[in-house]
Amino acid sequence: MSAGDGRMTFAGGMVFAMLSEAWQAMNANRMRTFLTMLGMIIGVGAVILMLAIGQGVRQKVESTIASMGSNLFIVLSGSTTSGGARMGFGAAPTLTLADAQAIEELPGVGAVAPAAPGTAQLVYGANNWSTSVYGTTPSYLVVRNWTLAEGAPFTESDVRSATRVALLGQTVVQNLFGNEDPVGRTIRIKDSPYLVLGVLAAKGQSLDGRDQDDTVLIPVTTAQRKLFGSQFQGSVRFMMVQATSAGVMPAVQKEMTDLLRQRHRIRQGEDDDFSIRNLTALMNTAATTAQVFSLMLGAIASISLVVGGIGIMNIMLVSVTERTREIGIRMAIGARAADVLLQFLLEAIMISLIGCVIGVVLGVGGAFLIYAVSGFNVVVTPVSIVMSFGVAAAIGIFFGWYPARKASRLKPIDALRYQ
Amino acid sequence: MEQAAAPSSDVIRIERLHKEYETAAGPVPVLHGLDVRVMPGEFVAIMGPSGSGKSTLMNILGCLDVATSGTYWLNGRDVNAQSRDELAHLRNEVIGFVFQGFNLLPRANLEDNVGLPLIYSGTGRAARTARAKDMLAKVGLGQYGRSLPNQISGGQQQRVAIARALINHPKLILADEPTGNLDTHTSREIMALFSELNQRDGITIVLVTHEPDIAAYAQRLVRLSDGLIIYDGPVDHAAPQHLEATS
Repeated sequence: MSAGDGRMTFAGGMVFAMLSEAWQAMNANRMRTFLTMLGMIIGVGAVILMLAIGQGVRQKVESTIASMGSNLFIVLSGSTTSGGARMGFGAAPTLTLADAQAIEELPGVGAVAPAAPGTAQLVYGANNWSTSVYGTTPSYLVVRNWTLAEGAPFTESDVRSATRVALLGQTVVQNLFGNEDPVGRTIRIKDSPYLVLGVLAAKGQSLDGRDQDDTVLIPVTTAQRKLFGSQFQGSVRFMMVQATSAGVMPAVQKEMTDLLRQRHRIRQGEDDDFSIRNLTALMNTAATTAQVFSLMLGAIASISLVVGGIGIMNIMLVSVTERTREIGIRMAIGARAADVLLQFLLEAIMISLIGCVIGVVLGVGGAFLIYAVSGFNVVVTPVSIVMSFGVAAAIGIFFGWYPARKASRLKPIDALRYQ
Repeated sequence: MEQAAAPSSDVIRIERLHKEYETAAGPVPVLHGLDVRVMPGEFVAIMGPSGSGKSTLMNILGCLDVATSGTYWLNGRDVNAQSRDELAHLRNEVIGFVFQGFNLLPRANLEDNVGLPLIYSGTGRAARTARAKDMLAKVGLGQYGRSLPNQISGGQQQRVAIARALINHPKLILADEPTGNLDTHTSREIMALFSELNQRDGITIVLVTHEPDIAAYAQRLVRLSDGLIIYDGPVDHAAPQHLEATS
């Protein structure tokens, strides 16, 4: 309110009137308005689509990581050399169950799951299936953050007495049992009978594309003594170690190294006969990569938004020049500089926001189209839509400001005389 | 505000008004110190040859342009002391401007054109439309509210412009050659409308014209020549050379 004149500065009625005038102005030159909007439409659509793809990749990576389990180390037994060929980590039988028990005693260690993996042929009735069989302990389920779809896990006492029991992954169940309920049935692994105690919940693909559900878990002792007996007596190929928190992981890694070197009587200067990998660190790298990927896509798409904004500025500048006389008329009958500014600003914002709405619709539609056609994981977050509107409004204001200000600074008499 | 120095009885009071235009060749003086006083209810015609400064004077009186020096009181307010926004307010509520070229917005219908000043005085939509319809009816175009300016004749367009000038009940109508683009018959109708506004509603009117028969509708004549007033008095008493056509 300016002193004494009794006029409301930005009365709602005035803004409404200006909105309808902005609409009229846009309507007067539809083709031009549409082409101007197209910049915003493509920009917003691209941002929404790219964020949806990036977010989809990120979510996929993160859910895979979550399925892996958190705060994980993998401890591999050492390499061996056979006839000059180095066999790689896990080939030498250096890690034992006793090592696993000792590691479990360390502070900061939550659970340890030793693993003696191998491949074996499974038979049930007329069906047979070759898959990886993991000899492990009940801790494996804890460490891998894995639940059972039905049945019950085997216990420490099964491990102690090396009983022939098994937990089946979903893929194995499908291939051996079809629709039949496997719990309580007996399958044959390498010709010995194993009682199926339970079925593991589905976990999907790992980061490297392996089917994590194509597996069978049996007690580690059973694997060592009865299934893969002759190969590594009493040894495990690797173990998975879960730290109690992400913060203690560096300390736990050092303690494990010291403990294992001491237990394996490795002298100073000699190489470790085992190797410890921080799985979580690897996973975090993957997650960060996905995030950077997502940001890159968004950033590239944002460039088209800025280009769209410049298009708006360009057209608004032309519009101000074209309508100089109109501005003069408005000023002659009482429009203040602020009224003229607001009018052109509203027009720029309106073009920008309408373009944004269409862009969001096309972006979301495109994302679903990609999902429908390719099955690629896309995630449209409400945040990205809200953000698009904010950015579109900001672009309208930012790029509309200069032309609007130019219009509002015209002198009434100069504007009126403009031909 | 210098209310004391400005007798509030007059609508227009200019003293020693000078105007120069800045050009590449240096300042070009247009008005050389004018003194004019217009009382409420007067009907004044300004005449003068091209380049005599009539339009410049009108633009200054209409607060569209500012004088180089001298003072101008409009309705008791010192125009030189007003901010840009206050000048806009004066143009909106105290003055109604009528142009030679009508200056209607081509895209807006007649109602919207007439109601346009009300947007800037913050009047709501319903009241705006109602008052615009009223005013259009007053100038005899009540049935054309939804038409666009290019769908009606020039005389009708000027009536619309007059309706727009009247919508905020101004004290003063400034008309810069309002009949310049109209034929004789239509000019008479427009002038009759001005006379009626002046005599019935008591609105002060200042109008610029080239034509003696248009000036004859006024009571008072101000004759400009080379930026100076060479006659200021009743139209009836003006010497023939002061009333002669100027273009």
